[in-house]
Amino acid sequence: MSDKPSMDKDRRNWLIATSAVGGVGAAAALYPFVDSFQPSERAKAAGAAVEIDISGMQPDEMRMVEWRGKPVWVVRRTPEQVAELSKMDAELADPDSLRDPAQYTPPYAQNQWRSIKPEYMVVVGICTHLGCSPTPKFEAGAQPSLPNTWQGGFLCPCHGSTFDMAGRVFKNKPAPDNMEVPPHMYLSDTKILVGEDKKA
Amino acid sequence: MAFHEKQVPADASAAVKLMAWVDSRLPVTEAFKRHMSEYYAPKNLNFFYIFGALAIVVLAIQIITGIFLTMNYKPDAAKAFESVEYIMREVPFGWLIRYMHSTGASMFFVVVYLHMFRGLIYGSYRKPRELIWIFGCAIFLALMGEAFFGYLLPWGQMSYWGAQVIVNLFSAIPLIGPDLSLWLRGDYVVGDATLNRFFAFHVIAIPLVLIGLVAAHILALHEVGSNNPDGVEIKNTLDANGHPVDGIPFHPFYSVHDVMYLGGFLIIFASIVFFAPEMGGYFLEANNFIPANPFVTPTHIAPVWYFTPFYSMLRATTTNFLLPLWIFLAVILGMFALQSKDMKVKGACAVIAVVLAAGFYALDAKFWGVVIMGGSVVILFFLPWLDHSPVKSIRYRPQFHKYIYGTFIATFVVLGYLGIEPPSPLYEKISQICTIYYLGFFLAMPFWSKLGTFKPVPTRVTFKSH
Repeated sequence: MSDKPSMDKDRRNWLIATSAVGGVGAAAALYPFVDSFQPSERAKAAGAAVEIDISGMQPDEMRMVEWRGKPVWVVRRTPEQVAELSKMDAELADPDSLRDPAQYTPPYAQNQWRSIKPEYMVVVGICTHLGCSPTPKFEAGAQPSLPNTWQGGFLCPCHGSTFDMAGRVFKNKPAPDNMEVPPHMYLSDTKILVGEDKKA
Repeated sequence: MAFHEKQVPADASAAVKLMAWVDSRLPVTEAFKRHMSEYYAPKNLNFFYIFGALAIVVLAIQIITGIFLTMNYKPDAAKAFESVEYIMREVPFGWLIRYMHSTGASMFFVVVYLHMFRGLIYGSYRKPRELIWIFGCAIFLALMGEAFFGYLLPWGQMSYWGAQVIVNLFSAIPLIGPDLSLWLRGDYVVGDATLNRFFAFHVIAIPLVLIGLVAAHILALHEVGSNNPDGVEIKNTLDANGHPVDGIPFHPFYSVHDVMYLGGFLIIFASIVFFAPEMGGYFLEANNFIPANPFVTPTHIAPVWYFTPFYSMLRATTTNFLLPLWIFLAVILGMFALQSKDMKVKGACAVIAVVLAAGFYALDAKFWGVVIMGGSVVILFFLPWLDHSPVKSIRYRPQFHKYIYGTFIATFVVLGYLGIEPPSPLYEKISQICTIYYLGFFLAMPFWSKLGTFKPVPTRVTFKSH
């Protein structure tokens, strides 16, 4: 009929079977390469809890500590700023920190000032949009890149997200979430442990 | 087939004998003819056709200077910044090699953007050149990756925070996002692990892909032949020898022509390298002269100029932009639904509109910003199938098409400018309008590109000899 040699069904089946097994082997060989991109054991071990000393902090003062390579801020708010926090609800995207609390707000910070003690704010100083570190803008009033009704807070220099004095994001900004409150607890009146909250 | 030794006369020179010996084993002469001395290119190619050749020269500059930079650079978070300063101050001519590399990066994008502009206005992506265009878009994507990975290496403030922002883009993807960006960084923040892998991508992985894509781009081009400013197929009119009447051999005609323009290009290139290597902060940003500090974001952070149009679209996508964006996309989908008689297409348009509405409602604007930014590059791949105009070249399109193209270029430049500037409410509005126009240019192209009165396309190219 045609000069095409006839197909040997048996050989073809073996060819398909060996190719399939070989393909599985090749795919399995990819795993170690893909997995090598994960954080190393050393990087994971570096994520231990750290202490921060808050003795002698003045109102409007900010202190920073490194935790898992990220900046953690402690800010002592003024009484006026604390009072202001309950009046902002209408302008905030998520005033009660209801979005994804497991990621951003531990239970003991589920309040309007998002902290254990109203005076002290503890947040990870990283914008929830794309990971820049917002700039403190504690002074109230009109300023470049900020609204005229500004009551103090933080401005992210990258994409203009603004946060209030509790790290809560304002409406219609690129950042979807309030700034992360890390797990933390008070070891004493002047010492905070960041990264652990077993006793809290 | 038996092996045939190519025969040469006994009194031929040693060079001729050697070439015959090689050609019998590897068809070098044949390849040279096919791609150079007997590759027929249209005789009416204009100024805009030099940028492909220039891009190859810049690629060569980047590879050569890059090899020499790796000889002194240290991809280590503790030493990277210092090693770049060492290259600049202590390695003999290190400053020159590095400035050539940094200038080359920006000039690569200048040349590639002009090359893409040429393809856009003369319809170089139309049938049968779709694959050339697709390889070209893939090259553009690889180039963006190459530039991004390379920008981290000096380990300055802009390097660090730029990488932080872009890697975090992936965390916007629902469910897998945060783990994906952790996997990309190899640490909880951009760190030594990130720097090392970016170095590997920048010096070997992406360049290999890039060279392969460039080869595919050129082979595909030489298979179908070059387009020209008239958008006329020169292969439709052949002479007695079977060569296009309107074609001239690439070598020597265009090789010499390109070398002349290359001279001009290198004068500009050298002027930048020697007199303005930082280009007022556009080629090398001021903040990158400060070592990376994971705790302080610079007060104003912007990507290098060639990324800013896409970055602007990312920034423009805020929560209050999602409704206008949905209305715009729904109108486009409605136009597709009305135009098609197929009920499946009508149904698909309705489903996409509903899915988008649900997605815009359920997922963060941050995620959609990433989708818009990625989509604005990916949409380029589809250009050959979006353009329904009966002619290729802008020369024979209706006048209003020229306004649409002009506005598109202006929009792209405005987006680029806004991406460099700090955010402000007015700029946000402007960038949102520009984003809609950019997307509309492509998405509505199937409709507007066939409207209007087209001029008759000649059968031969238009050409005036000097």
